[in-house]
Amino acid sequence: MIKPSSYHSGLVDVGFNEIVEFFYRLAEATDKLKEEGLFSYQTSPLPERITIPTRGTISVKLGFPVYQKGGVVMDVTNVEQAEIAEDAGAVAVMVLDKLPYDVRRSGGVARMADIKIIEEVMETITIPVMAKVRIGHYMEAKILEQIGVDMIDESEVLTPVDEKHHINKWMFNIPFINGARELGEALRRITEGAAMIRTKGEAGTGNVAEAVRHMKIIMKDIKLLGRMSEEERLRKAREYGVPYQLVDLTAKLGRLPIVNFAAGGIATPADAALMMWLGADGIFVGSGIFKSQDPPERATAIVLATSMWNDPEYIAEAQRMISEQKSMMGIDIKQLKPEELLQTRGV
Amino acid sequence: MIRVGIIALQGGVAEHQHMVKLAAEKIKTQAEPVFVRKDNDLKNIDAIIVPGGESTTMGILAKRTGLLDKIKEIILDGTPTLGTCAGAILMAKKLLGIRGKQPMLRVMDVEVHRNYFGRQRESFEIDLNIDFLEGPPFRGIFIRAPAFTDFWNGAKSAASISVDGKKVDVVAIEESMIATSFHPELTGDTRIHEYLIKLAKK
Repeated sequence: MIKPSSYHSGLVDVGFNEIVEFFYRLAEATDKLKEEGLFSYQTSPLPERITIPTRGTISVKLGFPVYQKGGVVMDVTNVEQAEIAEDAGAVAVMVLDKLPYDVRRSGGVARMADIKIIEEVMETITIPVMAKVRIGHYMEAKILEQIGVDMIDESEVLTPVDEKHHINKWMFNIPFINGARELGEALRRITEGAAMIRTKGEAGTGNVAEAVRHMKIIMKDIKLLGRMSEEERLRKAREYGVPYQLVDLTAKLGRLPIVNFAAGGIATPADAALMMWLGADGIFVGSGIFKSQDPPERATAIVLATSMWNDPEYIAEAQRMISEQKSMMGIDIKQLKPEELLQTRGV
Repeated sequence: MIRVGIIALQGGVAEHQHMVKLAAEKIKTQAEPVFVRKDNDLKNIDAIIVPGGESTTMGILAKRTGLLDKIKEIILDGTPTLGTCAGAILMAKKLLGIRGKQPMLRVMDVEVHRNYFGRQRESFEIDLNIDFLEGPPFRGIFIRAPAFTDFWNGAKSAASISVDGKKVDVVAIEESMIATSFHPELTGDTRIHEYLIKLAKK
């Protein structure tokens, strides 16, 4: 057995319900947040007894990502790829117009995927279907909610429409994922109502280095919080622009209060296992599968390595299922100009 | 010491781990959660939890690692088992709402409809009464949840809810097997986990 890396925290045993209660209390208590227009759609606590099915609650939105943990979400651009993903054991698919690698190549404005293709994928496969919207684009998100996509990724891979603001995700009944490179970014997105965080990495490069860097920074920031005095945490909260209570909760938990996946440049089973070892709850694979020469084998292998990341026998078996000659070529991040980086969008 | 084995391939594993500890404290019983990833982890297990997750993913992984048949064997031997959401799907003998085939445990005489209530947008919370539990109603958190659409032999419904005027069965029991459509591990209400531990104690 491989021991978890030192970036894993000594977990404090806290129930999911306690995290949910925290967000209800925070919403109720924080006038400042109301002024900023955040939380303003979720302030009413649930009744003591729920007698009719009540949708879009905090439990339901934060609960969905819990059941993605230990799994792999795969980027797909059509029904055939979605079927390969489901058959390989993906926990969900993310429908895009172009894979991040091709977004980089083609340039221009990258927008949400074709509704017809998203709907076709939803009709064909049985696992959850996610899709990306541009940062700050409320109406792309409304449209995806309307057609019944299971989760929305407000993603830096697409061209942002608002340089200053992200979507207020409390307004929606379906859960959102956001990317982050460091703890402040992650906590800002959680304050805005994200139900899941992922590292940004550098999408479409086939190079996992940036995902590693971002995961380590987030984990290290959390460890540092744990050692801080109340006073210092207060200052951190101000620096991050988030409620003190959220900083305090994160420090006490020793991890993000919501599910945290790794994304950006994961291309092999070994990459996936590495991110799990560093403390990711699960994996997003973008271009890594369908830009390779062996998608079905690679998809199956990455699912196996993600689940069994602490078992050398299984990660070796998974790695054996793929051929390095068939891996996507990849891009050296140092060759990218600053304006070509996707990770600096929407902080 | 009662060892509760949680199938830890994918999904809401830590949430069940937390609940087993909490339930053991509440009923003052020596019980510990154990992660089951390989077949030798199943040694000396007194109860099993098949958690929520994606049933397709869990089935594929359990088959690949050879765990599927071993779990089935010890459930059929009478080891008390709790399956929640995807866990309930894996335990059912008949399955609706699937594409092609998916590896399953097939241990319970029930028919389960996957994603019965719809997609994530249709996920919900509701309070419900469970036949074998005492006390106030149980908070059911249903996430892309399945429902039980048929029972035969020894299996029967232990809870139902009313959705748009229609009665839908959401808990099934058969001998020492319990399956729920919803996620008791998200609520902090340990009564179902206590029930499982008590079954294992007998």
